Amino acid sequence: MIKQPKISIKNLDFYYNDHQVLKNVSLDIQANEIFALFGPAQSGTTTLFRAITRLCDLDTGVRMEGEILLDGKNIRSADVNVTDLRRRVGMVFDEPVTLPMSIFDNVAYGLRLSGVKDKTVIAEKVENALKMTVLWEEVKDRLTMPALRLSGGQQQRLCIARVLALSPEVILLDRPCAALDPISTFKIEESLQQLKEQYTILIIPHNVQQAGRIADRSGFILMGEMIEQGYTKDLFTNPKEQKTSDYITGRFG
Amino acid sequence: MTLSPKITQKIAKTIIWFVAISVVFLLFFIVSYILIKGVPTLTWKFLTENPSDMGRSGGIFSTIVSTMSVTAVAVIVATPLGVGTAFYLTEFTRESRLTRIIRFSAESLAAIPSIVYGLFGFIFFVIYLKLGWSIISGGLTMAVMILPTIIRTSEEAIRSVPVKYREVSYSLGGTKWQTIVGAVLPSAFPGIATGIILGIGRCVAETAAVILTAGSALRMPTSIYSPARTMAVHFYILAREGISMERAYGTASLLIIIILAINIAANMIVNRFVAKGK
Repeated sequence: MIKQPKISIKNLDFYYNDHQVLKNVSLDIQANEIFALFGPAQSGTTTLFRAITRLCDLDTGVRMEGEILLDGKNIRSADVNVTDLRRRVGMVFDEPVTLPMSIFDNVAYGLRLSGVKDKTVIAEKVENALKMTVLWEEVKDRLTMPALRLSGGQQQRLCIARVLALSPEVILLDRPCAALDPISTFKIEESLQQLKEQYTILIIPHNVQQAGRIADRSGFILMGEMIEQGYTKDLFTNPKEQKTSDYITGRFG
Repeated sequence: MTLSPKITQKIAKTIIWFVAISVVFLLFFIVSYILIKGVPTLTWKFLTENPSDMGRSGGIFSTIVSTMSVTAVAVIVATPLGVGTAFYLTEFTRESRLTRIIRFSAESLAAIPSIVYGLFGFIFFVIYLKLGWSIISGGLTMAVMILPTIIRTSEEAIRSVPVKYREVSYSLGGTKWQTIVGAVLPSAFPGIATGIILGIGRCVAETAAVILTAGSALRMPTSIYSPARTMAVHFYILAREGISMERAYGTASLLIIIILAINIAANMIVNRFVAKGK
């Protein structure tokens, strides 16, 4: 029996005005795996994330064809509530964006939006989320401190914690370590390995090596086209397409 | 004769320095002149007693109350209108003919001399709406007058909130309204507050528009429909009619002190707010 994929993208064409950003992209992501979507800058990876979270609804000049299914249900169908969708599919941006409020309030922000009022519940979820991103020990004594005073690496882990606090099903990470030092990167990668037990993770790595280190399966996107996808090991050791092999070995990109 | 670039530079620097210093000096001179003349009059009695004999004796208590009332009406009316317009322009609509018309209207409003507002307020609020010379007429007129300032400063403040804050809020399941209240407003607050405080300053200092709409009755106002004389108007009448220069300077000193206090308080609020986020 084939398991129903957590996310299924079917023949997605995506346009900003006349510019086609994604070309006939199809992709299945299984529950509890880490899937890395890599490719050079401007290849459409971030756009795909914006399409999955429907953040692209905020942009102008957007047109798309094809389907994106979450648990088999089209995310654009009329009875899908977009705020619920975004709670189920959390997104971490390529640079840490902490809101100008305290550490605690940052993590509690999404919970409060979703209508959670009970202070003990909020405190508990904030603590758990910060523990999952290995940030708790570093910040537990200064939760009321403005989050902007944290280091870049801490801020990005805070952003991940902020998403986790909502107990999403899928987490999208858009180059989460692009602005970070190797130690912070290592800490984030480490926590991702633990997180995949509970979540489905889709990551755009900031370099190919990161995909190799952490992803179960990977896909290579070039100029909006899905060139190749498969188990990361196979893709890295035995790529079927010349372009993939060229990219991975650093001949271009 | 041509000067070497170095000397030109020196001369230019000196002139610019001199110009800048003269501005500071001018402010210092005006403020200290009035304070030296006026502060001796500023006794507790002067502040808490109502004026009598047209202002020749007694204090200025009723004019302080009138100033605060007119300002309060103006701020209470103009803040929701101004901040609401700013949010409409930035968050709820894309650039269009309508937004350009709204912005152009606000900017034109800002350029109109205050006496014209006074005349408008007199014709519309005082006569047409039959509100009479009153705190409400004066306050509404001042509200119209400070509206453009509030709109413009709020709009700038809202626009300077990073787009990323909005995206984060949306990505965490925020609705548009939650995003505005939770992510945009807190960041824009210092700017919006600055606009409102600038408006308060204008209300406190305005004379021409107020004299035409709130009147110049010296009695303690009993309701917002009472005519009233604000401090600025009181000062103007005392000086113009030669009633009491001493008391005019006293009133002017208090005005200056209040405006300085408002500015300092505003800076403190804004700084604290900014510090909280950093």
